[in-house]
Amino acid sequence: MAAARDLETLQRELVPVAGAATVSHGCFVFALAPGELAPTARRLRDEFGFDVLLDVTAVDWPGDALRFEVVHHFYSTAHKVRVRLKTRVAADEPVVDSLGALYGSAAFMERECHDMYGIGFRGNFDLRPILLYEGFVGHPLRKDYPKQREQPLVPYRD
Amino acid sequence: MDTLTSFPNPVRSIFEATRDDSVIVNIGPSHPATHGTVQIIAELDGERVLRTDVHCGYLHRGFEKECEDHTWHNLIPYVDRLNYVSALVNDFAYCDAVEQLMGVEITPRCRYLRTLLSEYSRVVDHLTCVAAGLMEMGAMTAFLYLVMVRDFMYEHLAALTGARVTYSYGRIGGLARDLPDGWLVRLEEILVQYEEFVGRVHALVDRNRIFIDRLRDVGTITTADALSLGCTGPILRSTGVPRDLRKDTPYLAYAELDFDIPVGIKGDNYDRYFVRMREMDESVYMIRQLAQMLPEGPINVDDRRCTFPEKTLVYSQIESLINHFKLVMDGPSVPPGEIYCAHEAPNGELGFYLVSTGGGTPYKVHVRSPSFVHMGAASRMLDGGQLADIVPTFGSINMIGGECDR
Repeated sequence: MAAARDLETLQRELVPVAGAATVSHGCFVFALAPGELAPTARRLRDEFGFDVLLDVTAVDWPGDALRFEVVHHFYSTAHKVRVRLKTRVAADEPVVDSLGALYGSAAFMERECHDMYGIGFRGNFDLRPILLYEGFVGHPLRKDYPKQREQPLVPYRD
Repeated sequence: MDTLTSFPNPVRSIFEATRDDSVIVNIGPSHPATHGTVQIIAELDGERVLRTDVHCGYLHRGFEKECEDHTWHNLIPYVDRLNYVSALVNDFAYCDAVEQLMGVEITPRCRYLRTLLSEYSRVVDHLTCVAAGLMEMGAMTAFLYLVMVRDFMYEHLAALTGARVTYSYGRIGGLARDLPDGWLVRLEEILVQYEEFVGRVHALVDRNRIFIDRLRDVGTITTADALSLGCTGPILRSTGVPRDLRKDTPYLAYAELDFDIPVGIKGDNYDRYFVRMREMDESVYMIRQLAQMLPEGPINVDDRRCTFPEKTLVYSQIESLINHFKLVMDGPSVPPGEIYCAHEAPNGELGFYLVSTGGGTPYKVHVRSPSFVHMGAASRMLDGGQLADIVPTFGSINMIGGECDR
């Protein structure tokens, strides 16, 4: 199992990158403070060969002091492993740094995360709605957004 | 009519016309070549595209929100409707993610069958993409050849699953039902037909001057750009790198199969066409291996947390009745945790990020859909080309509205 050996060496090398690291279902998981996100992502890309930013999303934990968990997934085409960065931010200032300067794919995926959770990405100047439309009120994947709420652009006919 | 003007515009373009002689054109969302509903706002200098702004979301239906309100099992028909051209791949990727969270290991027959059906779906998906792409350039014969074979496959899958397009065939811990009698015999007949008609399409298109002129050096993307923009699947492979999750992080039965990863030369439309055509051949080669390797045995794991009991037992034993009731009402009990599980879907890396807090309903379901990420990269392929090239380039990206907009 070459993949398993790579994982172990990478784990040894990667741990000093940032605080606590765990392995969950074959994926490294790092919990970060908001300020650490951009420097960690840069090190992942430049020093450890994580050349693909796969995905940006968030998880809403209402009631927690740091309500939102912004989740980034990276993939290394050289080592064939994935890394997940989890950044907790508070509800009153849900902002993290944009990774648009490092990865071209960040721009589009951050727009979706902004649509769905209202997370701000410092440095991404194009956070127009992408899956939603101009004028949509609220962020539908937040747990306090009622599933049944409707905001039709064109009024329904009677 | 004042009501028409009073409706707000649902999208806002990022740019205005910058020059006196340039013009802004809206392509889509309602356009036959946008394969659903995508809007491309293009600034044109004559017929040359200066820059584009790609908007998706017209098909957004709150998939991820809806998932948080149903049991793990109930999501299977929903995930079918992500990439509805190869719905089985979505099924199996989702089921694999839940099974890994639960620590369930599927039976050998199920594993081989899922691999076989994933490859069969890949052939269906690529046939659709290539056929539509060629038709948009006027190749009606090639379109009909390929779609005819695709329809044999749809009917064949309907014999197995009961549905032509959205199958709801995967189950957490197994499959809905085993192969009917004679299914593999018919499979081989269809593969022979496939070879016949794909051979004819190769003869019609590969060295055809019209297609080479329309496809070669059009919609080019470099490897570095493709990686930075998150491209996976045939788009990344068309730039010349053999990156394929089936080889890189083998799942299901791929580690036991013999197959190659076709790659392109320079990442243009011709390469994407050819990579898809060659990938179908590799898939057929794999399907034939799998049909030989398919072991006998059960298709569902014997695990009361996720597998439904036999119907006869439900009607005769109180334990099975309760088990059935609990699985329907409460859903399979998935331990707390989170997982990102990715399969190599026909369009690229299809990832499911699931968060469970325990119990029968997911806390969060997120889909990393290749189509959405590729829409973010589309501008790079469209800018600088001709207006007429938008159609074949967009077709070669193979955006599927269901998984792009979710």
